[in-house]
Amino acid sequence: MVQSSLVMYEDEFREIEEIISRLVMEANAKSVYLVDKDGQLIASSGETHGIDSTSLASLTAGNIAATGGLAKLIGEKEFSILFHEGEKDNIHISLVGQRVILVVIFDDRSSLGLVRLRVRKASEKLNDCIQRILKRMEKGTVKENLFEEITDEDIDNLFGQ
Amino acid sequence: MSFINYSAREINCKIVYYGPGLCGKTTNLKFIYNKTRPESRGKMVSLATETERTLFFDFLPLALGEIKGFRTRFHLYTVPGQIFYDASRKLILKGVDGIVFVADSQVERMDANIESFENMKENLEEHGYSLEKIPYVIQYNKRDIPDCVPVEEMRRILNVDSVPDFEAVATKGIGVFDTLKAVVKLVLVELKKSS
Repeated sequence: MVQSSLVMYEDEFREIEEIISRLVMEANAKSVYLVDKDGQLIASSGETHGIDSTSLASLTAGNIAATGGLAKLIGEKEFSILFHEGEKDNIHISLVGQRVILVVIFDDRSSLGLVRLRVRKASEKLNDCIQRILKRMEKGTVKENLFEEITDEDIDNLFGQ
Repeated sequence: MSFINYSAREINCKIVYYGPGLCGKTTNLKFIYNKTRPESRGKMVSLATETERTLFFDFLPLALGEIKGFRTRFHLYTVPGQIFYDASRKLILKGVDGIVFVADSQVERMDANIESFENMKENLEEHGYSLEKIPYVIQYNKRDIPDCVPVEEMRRILNVDSVPDFEAVATKGIGVFDTLKAVVKLVLVELKKSS
């Protein structure tokens, strides 16, 4: 095995959703996304309709990866916060616990200062939650294992048509 | 790295198309995009130069149906093939679950194929992965070109691990889905094995 999968159970997912929903409100943000560093969307909240969240996730991860590469070039470990300012909307991107990326989209109903303040608070909670998930995965505690039930036939059937 | 979400009942995996410049990685993705029902695919994102050379990556999200009530989603990426984009190429490999190595069947591109294959191994090692442990397949593309390198010869040079390999003409779609199916299957079998 190259690396273990990120496995998230319902209660963990709900806890994360709760944290980011609260962040949307407290930061007066339009929407908030939590993305894995490899580009997979973990959760989102707020006004997410009309935004292609899958593309957003992969581009954010690409952005963080490219910026991380730049950081190393100049001898920094990484840049943990990125901010892109638009005419109407802005994007605040921050790394949480070296593992996931928190994306906040906001307009002039909020401010960079408020977003940074609320992100810091939410990041601590998210980091706590992610660390617990990673620890649970390290210990190998399995609540349910989808793959135990999957047969080779199921995999073949994916391409049945 | 795959992401399995029991709440959303989703399995997400990352597949990377690797290979030398102009071997047809983006063409593979474009064909898959054009032949997939709109409800099963997301938007294809191409970060390319004005001359349509891949600058950072192409990205195509695909939904392949359900297994035991879980939706399977595959995120297909290509790397930029040109030698001087190595820094970006390395970044794309992070978290990869399966690889398609696209080789160019033209005689004059054999050196480029070998160089790219070695580069892939090095870049994987820098991430702490090793090719032996990653599900991968090889595609010999551009089989319609006259005087192309015989498949046996390409196999002998490139397919050292005897992984599944496919002949293809990506511009016409020949071999494109066979290649994709093979790598998807390997990825799922590996996930099952390691769970």
